[in-house]
Amino acid sequence: MFIVGPSGSGKSTLLRCVNRLEEPSAGAITFDGIDVLAPRTDINGIRRQMGMVFQSFNLYPHMTALGNVALALRKVLKMSRTEAADCARAALTRVGLADKADAHPSELSGGQQQRVAIARSLALSPKIMLFDEPTSALDPELVGSVLAVMRAMRESGMTMVVVSHELQFARAAADRVVFIDHGEIVEQGPPARVFGDPAHPRTREFVARIAGHQ
Amino acid sequence: MTDLDRFVFSFLNVEVMRRYLPSIAEGFVLTVELALAVIVTGLALGLTLAVVRSLQIRPVNWLIILGVDMLRAVPPLVIIVLFYFALPHVGVRMSGFTATWASLSLVLAAFSEEIFWAGILAVHKGQWEAARSTGLTFGQSLTFVVLPQAVRLTIPPLTNRAIAITKGTALASVVGVPEILSAAITGQSFAANPSPLTLGAIAYLILFIPFVVAGRFIETRFAWKR
Repeated sequence: MFIVGPSGSGKSTLLRCVNRLEEPSAGAITFDGIDVLAPRTDINGIRRQMGMVFQSFNLYPHMTALGNVALALRKVLKMSRTEAADCARAALTRVGLADKADAHPSELSGGQQQRVAIARSLALSPKIMLFDEPTSALDPELVGSVLAVMRAMRESGMTMVVVSHELQFARAAADRVVFIDHGEIVEQGPPARVFGDPAHPRTREFVARIAGHQ
Repeated sequence: MTDLDRFVFSFLNVEVMRRYLPSIAEGFVLTVELALAVIVTGLALGLTLAVVRSLQIRPVNWLIILGVDMLRAVPPLVIIVLFYFALPHVGVRMSGFTATWASLSLVLAAFSEEIFWAGILAVHKGQWEAARSTGLTFGQSLTFVVLPQAVRLTIPPLTNRAIAITKGTALASVVGVPEILSAAITGQSFAANPSPLTLGAIAYLILFIPFVVAGRFIETRFAWKR
């Protein structure tokens, strides 16, 4: 699922409410039958099953790529050091960075950093992945490598919620597109319809503006 | 006697120095012990306070800020004198060494709490979010993600503070602890010659040069490429 909309429309805030990095003021969030907002819900247990990828990667600069991926495996899933390292290496292989396991984030390109960040979430075997503008901070030539990883994840059946401006990618890969403006859902549906034949004038305007840039 | 001879006789008098070398060497050992004890407890207490402050419990934070600001404002000598001369009146008696250790530890804790706290704040908010989003608890995020970065950021100012507080051990001479300065002044009085002070200065240099070099080494060792 793709969430699109003008900047300031509330896409990222909505995404960050899903795993309660921000507290919603109203509404309900249900994940796998569990009320995420209920006071008694084990939020750490839920977050473990929800991967999140950030615009600015947010890798831990004092650890290697492997260390970044392995930390939560050891501390949250309580794996042993070797188990976590094996599992982390497998996750890095999935994003095509097995050979960068010992590199620190500063030694990696933006695209590689973002793929390590994806591996960090993926290693925990989440049921859903949240992407907050995963390619917005990348140089154009590096965007493709991250999108390729995301497409492979989609193919393997991962549920994904993506906030992004990559409308072409959304058109090709999304099952559903949600258009948000001023904090409200204006329109949603399959990408072909939302982008090809938008019903609402605000959607039409947005699609035309973005298409003009791409 | 030329001026130079007079200078050498007063400040570089080998015979006098030889006589007071043993007592200044003992003072050196005492200063090192005192400094190490102060640095260990002061930094540990400072880090603990900074961690407690990061829990953001309002009344607790007010207490920490109040205490820290007072300790930073009052001259350490006043605290030492208070501990050594005033506390016995309420039944708490301690040696000069203990009074100095406790006072300087509190002062170092106050300064290092502020430094650690600034370091914690300087770590980007996204680091917390990334850690929490993988299911790490607040404590785990702090311990494994935020503090390692905060401590690296704070090593240069902490080194400066540790050096400053180690010089503060000279204040122990006021409460009868025979550390370097105290031993040197005693020697000066007995010999009626300031050469023991020169010896004391040399002792401080021997103490601090490795300290500064170690500080620089730790800075480069713990720095990571950005």
